[in-house]
Amino acid sequence: MMKRLTAAAVALSLMNGTADAAQKVTEFRLENGLQVVVIEDHRAPAVSQLLWYRTGGSDGPPGKSGIAHFVEHLMFKGTEKFPPGVFRDVVQELGGSDNAFTGRDFTAYVQRIAADRLGTIMEMEADRMHGIIISDEDIETERRVVLEERNQRTDTNPGSLFREQSSASLYLNHPYGVPVIGWKHEIEALNRDDIFGFYRRHYAPNNAILVLAGDVTVDEARVLAERYYGPLPANPEIEARQRPQEPPHLAGRRLVFEDERISLRQVFRTYLAPERNPGDQRQAAALEMLETVLSGDGLSSFLKQKLEVEEQIAIHSDAFYSGATLDRSEFGLIVLPAEDVSLEEAEAALDRTLAAFLESEIEEEQLRRIRKAARAGWIYEQDSVHGLAFRYGRELMAGLTLQDIAEWPELIQSVSAEEILQAAREVFLPERSVTGWLRSPEGES
Amino acid sequence: MKRRLHLAAILALLLPSAVSALEIQQVESPGGIKAWLVEDHSIPFTAMEISFLGGTALEADDKIGATYLLTGMFQEGAGDLDAQTYQQREIELAASFSFEAYTESISVSLRFLTESRDESMALLRLALTEPRFDSDRLEFVRSQVLAIIADKETDPGEIGSEAVDRLTYGDHPFARPIEGTAETVAALTAEDLEAARRRALTRDGVVVAAAGDITGEDLGILLDDLLEGFPASVNEPAARPEFLLSGGTTVVEFPTPQSLILFLHEGFLRNDPDFLVAYVMNEMLGSQRFDSRLNEEVRRKRGLTYGISTYLGAHSNSGFIAGEFSTSNESVAEAIDIVKAEWAKMAGEGVSEEELERVKTYLTGAYPLRFDGNGRIAGILAAMQFDKLPASYVDNRNDMVNALTVEDINRVAARLLDPERLHFVVVGMPEGLAEE
Repeated sequence: MMKRLTAAAVALSLMNGTADAAQKVTEFRLENGLQVVVIEDHRAPAVSQLLWYRTGGSDGPPGKSGIAHFVEHLMFKGTEKFPPGVFRDVVQELGGSDNAFTGRDFTAYVQRIAADRLGTIMEMEADRMHGIIISDEDIETERRVVLEERNQRTDTNPGSLFREQSSASLYLNHPYGVPVIGWKHEIEALNRDDIFGFYRRHYAPNNAILVLAGDVTVDEARVLAERYYGPLPANPEIEARQRPQEPPHLAGRRLVFEDERISLRQVFRTYLAPERNPGDQRQAAALEMLETVLSGDGLSSFLKQKLEVEEQIAIHSDAFYSGATLDRSEFGLIVLPAEDVSLEEAEAALDRTLAAFLESEIEEEQLRRIRKAARAGWIYEQDSVHGLAFRYGRELMAGLTLQDIAEWPELIQSVSAEEILQAAREVFLPERSVTGWLRSPEGES
Repeated sequence: MKRRLHLAAILALLLPSAVSALEIQQVESPGGIKAWLVEDHSIPFTAMEISFLGGTALEADDKIGATYLLTGMFQEGAGDLDAQTYQQREIELAASFSFEAYTESISVSLRFLTESRDESMALLRLALTEPRFDSDRLEFVRSQVLAIIADKETDPGEIGSEAVDRLTYGDHPFARPIEGTAETVAALTAEDLEAARRRALTRDGVVVAAAGDITGEDLGILLDDLLEGFPASVNEPAARPEFLLSGGTTVVEFPTPQSLILFLHEGFLRNDPDFLVAYVMNEMLGSQRFDSRLNEEVRRKRGLTYGISTYLGAHSNSGFIAGEFSTSNESVAEAIDIVKAEWAKMAGEGVSEEELERVKTYLTGAYPLRFDGNGRIAGILAAMQFDKLPASYVDNRNDMVNALTVEDINRVAARLLDPERLHFVVVGMPEGLAEE
């Protein structure tokens, strides 16, 4: 029940904790700067290769939104050594799978394959770091595919359209306000120079992290990485990412989004929130616990208890936060009002509830319960080494180190009630928020 | 259509093969409950799938939605535990239970830590046998279900599926919405839910699959404790529906720049001797892999879609081949023509030796990748049982795929595929498309 409403309402995912027992995690660096992380898990004879570039939807030049994602699509077009279709064919003929993802902070290329074929896919992945060949026709065809993807993900979905507007309002200056897939008019204008300029600037071994996860040893990984990625030259012009940062936020923003395809009215609010930083993750850990106290503890969650049970204002409520971002993150709250409750009343109830929360005491009993659930979560997470590799990659792309990642579970366990409340006080500031009402045009306020 | 089927049924279709090293134990509890198990003690938890053979098809017309609402109430208090206490208990044990209603089954997907196995299973038993249906919680969950029903009215995928089901199955229970209608859900009582519970949760015929940190002996004991006292009866499968759909196009207007297109015609039952051949043929025609013929023509060459896929679907007694894609309103007619042309080409000309060899290499090579983790394995074992496959299937499947010839594929393509019978349901504002 809840899950379906949540799926409709929330796009961001919660990144949780780390693992230690079943998997051994090691890292080393090649001379050309490529960082390699190996997550060993020998339960099944399969291995995942994830090559993460430190470039994503927030790293393109101004006015060129969607460039990182467009380049990701074009990376499947072939090189001199492996002409169009060969990469895909080879992976598939080995029974493997092959995909790629672009986020705000990263572009990732991912294969999963029988362990004894790892060298083959490493050779091909390394080759396309510097040698893609793209015809003008490829660009035009792929542009149509990307526009259809944007149609499918965003333009046919009022919730996604709203979130795009909401992010653009939350970030006054930082490129997190620009959608990863790009604005339609800018996707339409991207050209060959844009594409190759971006590719040459960002695709280099010293701008990437290779994660190998599964049935591979560190020694094997080292030999293969040296052989295939070792010869690639570093790009001396790669620098640490410096994006435009947020100025002080002085005025809260309000959006009313009307679309006749909206059936479920919603109050959707986001606050600018701190992220996890190397050696400095404590506040983010408190925010992750805050999210759980507010909405991840069944009917004992503060939001659900107040809004759904006591006041019966909402048929669903939720909080979301992920600290695994390079720059300022966001903390979100969602309320779906009950049938006879207006959006205005729902928002007032949300504000009342947050104010009451800041004056409340979090019970040790509740903290004990959710800490235990978090510990269990890390046990369950070990079941999928592929999933684990994704989490490591995302956290590394957020600028964190393996040590930060290893320390995170203990931080989560050690956060106190007072730290959670303090984090809430620092984040729930109206002037750093965007509040949206989603409704159909004929709906009431 | 896809969402109506038991998830397990879909999963099995996706399975090209299985790993030969996978050791499936067929367990029978002292009390006679059968289960499939893959033991793996490397992580201290167990994943399980339990399916009871009684789904929404058993509901009377004025009670539709009862099973779905029931699955929503399983976590809203049971026995001595009110809803809040029940949920605290589940979180505290760090167990996870999820309940799903399907046309012909209710399934429970669960996982639990070894250290709290007994307490977790006691809680699950309480939820299944003594749900409270407290009126405040019932009204709350009912309001959520009504919201979900309202939301479906503006979701292109849901609108399309409803249209397909109605056109295909008419008045048969397979065409009814799993969630019920606003009218029936508003009228459901706690007694209706209890009646649905008693009817669906029977001990005989229950499908059980487990993977992880548990022995066969412990699993048997666990199952006897869990299902003790459940009625021994078995629900009969739903009556075989008439497949009403014929070739044509149906447009459901919806204000969006891109149309969603669902298409299908009648196909094979899961026990059809040609099912595996059809599966391999479909892999070449329209699987989600990038180089299926449909993806090659519609996406790669022309950029008309982000992705197109086809699949074989089957209720226990009705099968179909279906597919879907999205494309801009102005491209709908062109894309539909391509689908029909590829359908005709596969039916008329079949495949080449080389194409078949490539797909065989893929399907047989992919097997070790499927069995990664207890959760995945439990799902696969449940799917195999639903499909009435023997446990030895995991050892023979690759040989069966490798034995297929071009003649087999071409014969089955000609038997199965008929572009004239394809029906396209278009949700959107397509341009230049004639309705038939």
